[in-house]
Amino acid sequence: MEIILSIIILLMIASAIAAAVFKDLMNAVIASCIVSLLAAILFFCLQAPDVAMAEAAIGAALVTGIFVIAVKRTKRFEE
Amino acid sequence: MRKLLGIILLAVIAAGIALSLEEIPFGISKTIIGDYFNKNGVEETGATNMVTSVVVSYRGFDTLGEITVLFTAAIGLGALLTGHKKREHSDKVEPSSLIVYTGCRFLFPVLMLVGTYIFIHGHLTPGGGFQGGAIVASGFLLMYLGCKGKRIKFKASTVIEVLGGLIFVGLGIAGLTMGEDFLFNFLPKGEAGELFSAGIIPIIYIGIGLKVGSELAGIIDNLIEEST
Repeated sequence: MEIILSIIILLMIASAIAAAVFKDLMNAVIASCIVSLLAAILFFCLQAPDVAMAEAAIGAALVTGIFVIAVKRTKRFEE
Repeated sequence: MRKLLGIILLAVIAAGIALSLEEIPFGISKTIIGDYFNKNGVEETGATNMVTSVVVSYRGFDTLGEITVLFTAAIGLGALLTGHKKREHSDKVEPSSLIVYTGCRFLFPVLMLVGTYIFIHGHLTPGGGFQGGAIVASGFLLMYLGCKGKRIKFKASTVIEVLGGLIFVGLGIAGLTMGEDFLFNFLPKGEAGELFSAGIIPIIYIGIGLKVGSELAGIIDNLIEEST
């Protein structure tokens, strides 16, 4: 269990760094979506299924959608 | 130089968080109130999901406040965006590919069903009005992104939203008149674990689910309207 949690946390850190580094903003949005999704899995492993559901629905789905709309409306590539 | 300063600052913050969290034991209940809910919660409210009974029953008034915050945010966004002139769309919008279109149309009813299931069974299984409402809204988001040109009916969404709010406040006031306090659970509690149990808790959660779902769908509608 400890190992699985550590892997999830390391993946979260990696995708969070990727979200900050990517120049293509659509890729950055997807990376931040992965952070939320992994956080949802982490919440589920820590026996908080209610929070996991909220995180998966709001953090991974709705926020990503709103960011996609925002990127579409502005510029796709960071200078 | 600035990067080095940033890294040092981050390291200091990380060390502070790590040192302060080290003192706190993880996963151990140190308060009396948690034990009380675990022991007496099912008897007192009739709901098997402890989180729901705390959110809707023990601190139901706070939940009304949360709903109001979301409502105010949705109204604010709507007021901010409707001031702009709406552009002509539906002529220039290019249709999405057949695979995306069919996939979205296939997934939409499934998402609706899952969301509705989650907020109807909020008092039995994990999840509830907020989570179910968010899943319903994400179904609408999928529809907006995948099947361009489709819109929700503004009137219907408003009616559902008002209905959800009225259910919550109406049941609260009904509890005030029948019992002694706001959101008093006046309906029979039934047998714990059944769908029709826990008195007013599932009814309130269905109201919350409808309200949150239509509000978030309205926010998405406002944003997409602006962006196409």
